[in-house]
Amino acid sequence: MTGETILEVRDLTMRFGGFVALDSVDAEVREGERLGLIGPNGSGKTTMINCISGALGNYTGTVRFRGRDLGRSKPHRRTRLGIVRSFQIPRPFKSQTVRENLAITIEYATGAAGAERDDRAEAVLQSMGLGPRADAISAGLTQIEMRKLELARALAARPQLLISDEAMAGLSSGEVDELLEILFRLNEDGVTIIMIEHIMRAVMRFSERIVVLDAGKKIADGDPDTVVADPAVERAYLGD
Amino acid sequence: MAGMRRFWIGAGLVIAAGLLLSTTDIIANSFWFFAAYVVLQYVVLATAWNIMGGYMGYVNFGSAGFFAIGAYTAIVLYNLIKAPLLVMIPISGIVCGLMGLGMGYLTLRLRGVYFAIGTLALAVVLETLMVNWDYVGGATGAYVIRPRTMEPFGDYVKFLTFVMLVLAVAAVAAARWIERAKFGRGLHAIRDDELAAECTGIPTLRLKLVATTLSGFLMGVAGAPFPLYVGYVEPVSAFNLAYAVNAIAMPMIGGTTMWAGPVIGAVLLGTAQQIANVTISSELNLLIVGLVLVLFVTLAPEGIIGLVRKYFGRDR
Repeated sequence: MTGETILEVRDLTMRFGGFVALDSVDAEVREGERLGLIGPNGSGKTTMINCISGALGNYTGTVRFRGRDLGRSKPHRRTRLGIVRSFQIPRPFKSQTVRENLAITIEYATGAAGAERDDRAEAVLQSMGLGPRADAISAGLTQIEMRKLELARALAARPQLLISDEAMAGLSSGEVDELLEILFRLNEDGVTIIMIEHIMRAVMRFSERIVVLDAGKKIADGDPDTVVADPAVERAYLGD
Repeated sequence: MAGMRRFWIGAGLVIAAGLLLSTTDIIANSFWFFAAYVVLQYVVLATAWNIMGGYMGYVNFGSAGFFAIGAYTAIVLYNLIKAPLLVMIPISGIVCGLMGLGMGYLTLRLRGVYFAIGTLALAVVLETLMVNWDYVGGATGAYVIRPRTMEPFGDYVKFLTFVMLVLAVAAVAAARWIERAKFGRGLHAIRDDELAAECTGIPTLRLKLVATTLSGFLMGVAGAPFPLYVGYVEPVSAFNLAYAVNAIAMPMIGGTTMWAGPVIGAVLLGTAQQIANVTISSELNLLIVGLVLVLFVTLAPEGIIGLVRKYFGRDR
């Protein structure tokens, strides 16, 4: 069930020197929606979420969250507003335990402290199945545990909009299903999700709507069946 | 809570012991006070460096610059108003804290080796400025007349040593507080991954600026009594490479993840240097530091604290 527009991107352009990574992209995401963002390598997906999350601030165009222009605000401000992202390559705080990774996120993103912070961290640990590894140093986690921690940390920030950047890359089929279930559960809890993914099985199963980028431009936007049948999308992936 | 009480009881005992030793003649030979002053000064300097280098992961090669500006601020105050030591210390700290803030604004967008080079360049620029500033003695240096006595300590060096002990305890207490506070956890996150820290809601630039200010403040505080200790300050000695090298080496040897690391490193290395000074040669100081540092970086990169944790600690 989707509602009002939560994120609105208008005329978003990002240049790296002479290279145009994003070219006047318009997009919107509705509250509670599960949006798939796909495209071939180098199409601008990660650049787009870097602009939305504030990791890249020197873009042109506007990014509005709940009607509010985010301007050049820093990533930590956007996180506190509810725009939370995970990273393509997991970036845990490696010297800290899994529990500490979550506690610090809760502390800074939501302002909770003491027992409230610890209780929330415990709840996230349990919901992500990371309870048995709570006191492990995160540098020693397995690939799937790292991916789960990446999502758990995003969840700990109490997202309204979660941007999951290739969370399933390199995972086995069973592990992909496990992460998909977690994302479905989050969405049922009211979190709007943008999923960037190359695993088409996961994208097709998860997304209510798909936006396709190619060479920095938006080439398709619609329901999954329509988008995959779009000749422009076929050309982008397979060539002429 | 019990840990905090233990720390403060320990700190109180250390200060009480220092007060007893410096106000009585239990230790008659003043060399020990001269030597203890240097070791304690390095406790402050190494602790200050560790706030940025250890907790936050930003390696500052400009410690000598902050230390020297602390000393030169004291000289300016002495020349202007014959300021007493207890006025020099906070003002030197504030000047160097502001300098740290300025350095932060200028350099904190740099990372890794570029940041380190930026801080080194800052020290070189500051030394050049002092060499050309006649009011503080320029290249030839400035004299400060140290009072001979200070009651109830007797010898003024005993008083200086006690003041440095109090400063060392205060610096360590500040580092310990940071380690346990939300601020310190934010610095650790920055050290591990700055972009991830920013994306989990941590205001990284603000935290880094607070850290550089605090670190600069403590380095300035360490340098403020220096003119009264040596009686004569010139740029080559105040900006001596030994301060920058020791400020890095001592936390690396002791361990950078905990407040006790810089203390252990400063006490061990500082004492070894002082013994080498009088038994072999003062020129061997940096050689000792270099050799010990190479040994630790290759064999025990997490320092003595890391070794203790590895062999006696809980395996997480």
